[in-house]
Amino acid sequence: MSIDALVSKKSEWLKGEGSKANVVMSSRVRLARNIEGQLFYDRASDEQRDGTRRTVSLAVKRLERFSNAFFLDMRDTSDVDRKFLLERHLISKEHMQDVQTKGLVVDENEVVSLMLNEEDHIRLQVLRSGFSVMEAWSLADAIDTELSHHLPFDYSRKFGYLTSCPTNTGTGLRASVMLHLPAMVMASQVESLYEAISKLGLTMRGFYGEGTEALGDFFQISNQVALGSSEMDILDNLERIVQKIIASEESTREEFLKKKKEEFEDRVFRSFGTLKSARIITSGEAIKLLSAVRLGVELGFIKGISTAEVNEVLIFSQSAHLQKLSGQELGRYERDVKRADLIRKKLGGE
Amino acid sequence: MKCDLCGKNDATVHLTEVVNDKVTKLHLCERCAKDKSEEMHSHFGLSDLLSGLMDFGPAIENSAEAIPLVKCAGCGMTYQDFQKTGRLGCGKCYETFEKNLGELLRKIHGADRHIGKMPFKGESVLKDQEDLKRLKNDLAKLIREEEFEKAVLLRDRIKELETKLEVKPE
Repeated sequence: MSIDALVSKKSEWLKGEGSKANVVMSSRVRLARNIEGQLFYDRASDEQRDGTRRTVSLAVKRLERFSNAFFLDMRDTSDVDRKFLLERHLISKEHMQDVQTKGLVVDENEVVSLMLNEEDHIRLQVLRSGFSVMEAWSLADAIDTELSHHLPFDYSRKFGYLTSCPTNTGTGLRASVMLHLPAMVMASQVESLYEAISKLGLTMRGFYGEGTEALGDFFQISNQVALGSSEMDILDNLERIVQKIIASEESTREEFLKKKKEEFEDRVFRSFGTLKSARIITSGEAIKLLSAVRLGVELGFIKGISTAEVNEVLIFSQSAHLQKLSGQELGRYERDVKRADLIRKKLGGE
Repeated sequence: MKCDLCGKNDATVHLTEVVNDKVTKLHLCERCAKDKSEEMHSHFGLSDLLSGLMDFGPAIENSAEAIPLVKCAGCGMTYQDFQKTGRLGCGKCYETFEKNLGELLRKIHGADRHIGKMPFKGESVLKDQEDLKRLKNDLAKLIREEEFEKAVLLRDRIKELETKLEVKPE
């Protein structure tokens, strides 16, 4: 498999399946691990970093699950490739820089990926569709255990898994849920949600994680605390709170439907109309309108289009995806035209 | 204490900024801290907010002097180096700076003791890599000593390991 083969593939996490897919777009579990006796990425020389990447790659290859996986040397990637991988949620912003010794492994189904030499030697990620934090964890846990049969992870009895940044020390676990909260945004409830979340050991971020802004009513909620609670307790806490948020989004939607159905419909159909007719559209506008269309699909206003299709358009209409799909680098104006084309086609416009 | 920027919410993040040797202290609420970190994000990520939990930089009174200059035996890093970057150098740093890190971890996580998964410490890949190095040395020695029959046997084992470790034959 090559990076180009990834382009046309439909990622598992976009399927719009799994529990509560009406509100939860995807669930993600990430584990940070380092190899005992080797300097952390920041402190290591390029030669040492190269050695670490080779060692980890070999260990990963010994796992059955990765027999058909895609191993990528980040230095072989172009700017557009890296942006594409970020849009696909396979790498972080940090992994786009200083790519000389960085690596990426993606399994066949695009469910499991490993960033090699990000901030830590290994960042193992499991990404699933819908509200499935526990399923994501049990897979990540199994792979992590299997890997630990081939590599000694840096670990202390007192502090747990040792990581480059102390915010990850302990379990090395970050679990996140990508929520679509259009009704709560309309009802101006998100501000107070931000405040409440931070008091509960959780954090709320934008569409692409750390340091990114919220786009089109999509918010990522993750655990902040990684030490002093077991993995199960951390996940359980996140699950309970996310359940509350889902319930609140659902009841706000119902309330709107009862009291201001027209306002909802108006927003949904105006957005749908624009997307089906536009000839030029920026990515910011597209995400905003697609968010309304996603809501329309979930509420049954829009028939004949599935949540999965909207999810897909959301990702495939982003800049690097458009450029990978058309096989060439595109300027801003050309991208906006191609984006409008792709969206019209997918949503059955003229 | 109220947030310095919005003046509305309680300040939970305490940040020290050093720009051109000028020290500014900011007390921010979660929300403004997030905006602030986005504003500075090319050289200031969210994780760097933890520098607000440590006394940051040499320009602040009474901060650096409390911590003696100890170098980590694993990577040569000092705690002062860590305060500048927010990143540790190796696993040994956790032993070297146990006391200071313990305090910092308590501030970040509200705890300083791990409860949870323990790894199985397997070493198959590292062991194979070590074995290969050792066998190559042995082979060179056998050839020097003209023990060719033994050398042939060793060469086969080396080839086997090289295949396993994807080493291209020289």
